[in-house]
Amino acid sequence: MTEAGSSSVLLETVALSKSFGGVSAVRSVSLTLSRGELHAVIGPNGAGKSTLVNLLAGLLEPTSGRIVLDKRDVTQLREHQRTHLGLARSFQRTNILGSLTVLENVRLAAQAISLPWQRLTRPPDGEVQLIETARSALARAGLEYGHGRIAGTLAHGQQRQLEIAMALAARPKVLLLDEPLAGMGPEEGERVAALLKSLAGEHAVLLIEHDMDFVFAVADRLTVLVEGAVLATGRPDDVRANVEVQAAYLGGHA
Amino acid sequence: MIGRVRLLPQTGAGWALVWLGFAALAALPFFATPFYVGLITTAMTAAMLALSLQLLVGGVGLVSLGHGAFYGLAAYIVYFLSPEGAAKPIWLTLPAAMCGSALAALVIGAISLRTKGFFFLMVTLAFGQLVYSVFHDTKLGGGTDGAYLAKPLLSAFGFTLETTSLPRSKRAWPVYYVALVQLVLMFGLLTWILRSMLGRVLEGVRVNDGRMRALGFNTFAYKLAAFTIAGALAGAAGHMWAMQSGFVNPELVGWHRSAEALLHILLGGIGTLAGPIVGAFAFIFLNDVAQQVTERKLLVEGAVILAAVLLMRNGITGLRWLPNLPSAKEGTAPDHDLAPPQKEAHVDD
Amino acid sequence: MGPGHKARDSKSKQMVAQLLNGLQYGLLLFLVASGLTLVFGVMGIINLAHGSLFMIGAYAAFLLTKMTGTLWLALPAGLLGGLALGAALEWSLFRHFAKREHLDQVMLTFALILLAEELRALVAGNDFHSVPVPALLDFPVPVTSGFAYSAYRFAVIGLCLLLALAMFLWIERTRMGAKIRAAAENPEVVDILGLDARRIHLVVFAVGTALAVVAGILAAPLTSVYPGMGDGLLIISFVVVVIGGLGSIAGAFWSALLIGLVDTLGKAYGPAFQGTGPLGTLVAAGSGSSVYILMIIVLLWRPTGLFGQRT
Repeated sequence: MTEAGSSSVLLETVALSKSFGGVSAVRSVSLTLSRGELHAVIGPNGAGKSTLVNLLAGLLEPTSGRIVLDKRDVTQLREHQRTHLGLARSFQRTNILGSLTVLENVRLAAQAISLPWQRLTRPPDGEVQLIETARSALARAGLEYGHGRIAGTLAHGQQRQLEIAMALAARPKVLLLDEPLAGMGPEEGERVAALLKSLAGEHAVLLIEHDMDFVFAVADRLTVLVEGAVLATGRPDDVRANVEVQAAYLGGHA
Repeated sequence: MIGRVRLLPQTGAGWALVWLGFAALAALPFFATPFYVGLITTAMTAAMLALSLQLLVGGVGLVSLGHGAFYGLAAYIVYFLSPEGAAKPIWLTLPAAMCGSALAALVIGAISLRTKGFFFLMVTLAFGQLVYSVFHDTKLGGGTDGAYLAKPLLSAFGFTLETTSLPRSKRAWPVYYVALVQLVLMFGLLTWILRSMLGRVLEGVRVNDGRMRALGFNTFAYKLAAFTIAGALAGAAGHMWAMQSGFVNPELVGWHRSAEALLHILLGGIGTLAGPIVGAFAFIFLNDVAQQVTERKLLVEGAVILAAVLLMRNGITGLRWLPNLPSAKEGTAPDHDLAPPQKEAHVDD
Repeated sequence: MGPGHKARDSKSKQMVAQLLNGLQYGLLLFLVASGLTLVFGVMGIINLAHGSLFMIGAYAAFLLTKMTGTLWLALPAGLLGGLALGAALEWSLFRHFAKREHLDQVMLTFALILLAEELRALVAGNDFHSVPVPALLDFPVPVTSGFAYSAYRFAVIGLCLLLALAMFLWIERTRMGAKIRAAAENPEVVDILGLDARRIHLVVFAVGTALAVVAGILAAPLTSVYPGMGDGLLIISFVVVVIGGLGSIAGAFWSALLIGLVDTLGKAYGPAFQGTGPLGTLVAAGSGSSVYILMIIVLLWRPTGLFGQRT
C-alpha cells in the first residue's frame, strides 16, 4: 500500500501483464497514481511504456491483472467507458480530427463526457457551455488563437498542444500523457513543461517521457520500466541513486 | 467557430441552387409529358435511395454493399400488407415499410459494424444476398418472378384521392408529388442531422474513429444509429418504388441495386449531400437517352461509370465552377491566422 | 433384404454423390477465390469483376467447343488467354487503382461487370447454352457396386487438385512466391521491394485471371453457360475469401472446400423442408443461404476470418 493512503489513490494497477502471442510486453506491473501527483514512467525503447498506456486507456486488453480507477475496477470496461469515469489520454503520435477545426476537436472532447443524448439533435453553436469548456482548455494548453483553423493545418508543436487540450476538455481526474514532448522544438517544449507542472496540481498525471532531464525536473515520482517489468519506483533522487537503475538504464546519463 | 458542415452547400448561392432545383421539380409536371413525369418519379425514388446511403458513405465513411436490402425489403413489406386487390392507405404502409427496414438495419448493422473496411463491405454484401435468397428461393414473395401488389391509397383523415378520377394526363401527378415531398423532407432531415451535434460526432467518426473512442464516444452506437436511420430512409425509397410500379421482385434486394446507389453518389459527388440526387437524375436521364439511341444499355452505363471513376473524382457537384463547391481539399480550408490579434476586439467567430 | 434397406442404400449413394459434388464445386471455387484473395492481399484491390472472368472462361469454352467440336483446345487457350487478359487489365487499369479508395475500386469493377455482360450479349446472345462433356470423359466411373460417378467430374477434381498443388508449390517454394507471401502479409513490404512490386502485381493479377478463366472453362459442361453466371459465383468467392482470411492461399483452399460442401448439401437437402409449415419455410430459406449464415457466424467469432491476421 502507498504511504499516502488508499483514499487519495486515483489509479492503481495490480500485477498487470500483457503478452502478444507468447512475447511479454508488460510483466506484472503494479503502480499507483495519487491525486495531485505527477508520476513519470521511463524506460528504454521497447520497455513496454506505450503498451502500458494502451492497457490503462482500454485500447488493449490485459492478459492478467487488474486496473482500478478511483476505487472502481475498470479492467473489463471499454475505452470510451473509462473516459467517462475520468480518464483522459494524449497519444504518442499526434492523433487529432484533422479535417475539423481546432475548436471543434476540443468541443467534441467536452461533448463526449457531458452531453445528454437528448440534446444530440441540437446545433452545436448553441451549446455555450461546451464551447466555453473547449476554449478554456485550449487556452490552458497554450492555444489562445486560431480556434477556427483546420486542425490538420497546424504546425506539429501546435498539434501536440491541441492533443493536450482535447484531453483537458474531458475534465479528467487522471491524465495519461504519452510522450507529450515528442517532436517538439526546445521552445515549445519548455512551454509544455510549464503546463505539465501546473496541471499536476489539479489532476493526477501519468507521464511517459524520453527526455531524462525533463522527467527528473518535473516528476514527483518515477517508475523505471525495463523489459516490461518495474525495475525501480520512488522519488527522483532515490531512483537516480538506485544502483540497479544506473547499471541497467541510466548508465552514462546520470 | 465550430466550422462548416462539409456535406452542405458552403455559400448562399449554393443553397439557392438547391432550392431552385426543388422548385423546378415542383413546377415540372405542368410542362412535361406524362412519360417524363413518370421518369422523374423514378429518378426521385433512386435519388432517395442514394441520399439515404450518402448518410453512411459521405457522412460516416461506411461503404455498404447491402443497402439495397432495406430498399427491397420495404417494397416487399408493402406487398405483404397490400397484395393485389387489397389496397391499404399510405399512412399505414409507409410507416410500416420504414419501421421494417429500420429494424432489419438495426439487426444487420449490429453484426456488420463489428467489422471494418473490406470486411464491412463483404458482410453487408452477404447480408444483402441473404435477404435476396430469402425472396428468391422461397415462395414468400412470389419467388423468382416477383409479384404484383395493390398500390397504397393516397388517403389521409378519411379522405382518399382516387387517381382514376383525374384526367388521364394527370394520373401520375399524385405519386410524383408524394415522391417530391418525401425527397425534400429527406434532404431537410439529413441537413438537420448533419448540422446537429449528432452530425458532428458522425463526422468525427468518419475522420478518425479511434480518436473519437478515446474521447469517450461509443462510436459503435453512433454508427449503428446512422445505419438504422439510413435503413429507414432506404425503406421510404423502397415504399416509393412499390407505390409507383405496383410490383416487387428479388432484383430489388440484390446487390446491383446497392452498387447503383453507390454509383449515383460517386457520379453526383461524394462530398456533398446534393450529390446523390444530382447523380441519380443524371444517370437515369443518361440511361433514357441511351435506350433511345442504342440497345446496348449496359455499355453506356459501364462507360459512364468508368468515366466518372477515371475522370471526375469529385462528381458533378464537385465541379469547380458550381457555386456550392465544397472547398477544394479537406484540411486546407478557411484560415485564421495563428498570430495574436492586432486589435483588442478580435473575435474568432 | 427388405425395402427399408434398399431405401437406406439409395440414400447413402445420394449422399456420396452430393459429397463428391460438394468437393468438386469447392475445388472450382478455390480456383476463383485464390486469385481474388491474392489480388486483394497483395494489391489491396477489391475486384468485383473477378466473376466476369469466370463467365468469360465459360463462354470461351462454349464458343471454342462450337467451332472445334471439342473442349480440349479451350483449356490451353484459356490458360494463355487468361494470362494475357489479366496482364492487359492490370497494366491498363488496375495498377492505377491500387491506392484508390475501396469505393472507387468497387465502381471501376462494377463498370467492368456491366461491360463484360454487354460484350457477352454481343458475342453470344442472351440464351442459355449447354456445352457437351468431352467424349473421352463422357462415361460413368463405378465407385461402389451399383454406384457410379461422372468421369468428367472426377477429371475436374483431379485437375483442380493439380492446379492447387502447383499454386501451393509456387507460393511456398519459389522466391517469387516468398515475395508474394510477404506482400500479402504486409503490404508495406511491397514498397520496400521497390521496382519488383510492379512485376509482382502483374504476375499475381495475370495468374488470378487465368485461374478464374480456367475455372469457367471447366465449369461450362457442368453448369451450362448463361447470362450473369459470374455474379453468383463472385459473391460466393468473396465469402470464401472472407472466411479464409485475406491473402491466404491455404485459407482459401480449406474455406472453399467447406463452402462447397455446405452450399451443395444445404441446397440438396434444404428444400425438402419447404411446405412443412412456417418453420420448414424458414429452414428452406436458410439452406439456400447457408454459406452467408456461415460467413456471418465466422466473422462474429473471428472478425478477420479463420486464417486471417490483419485487420
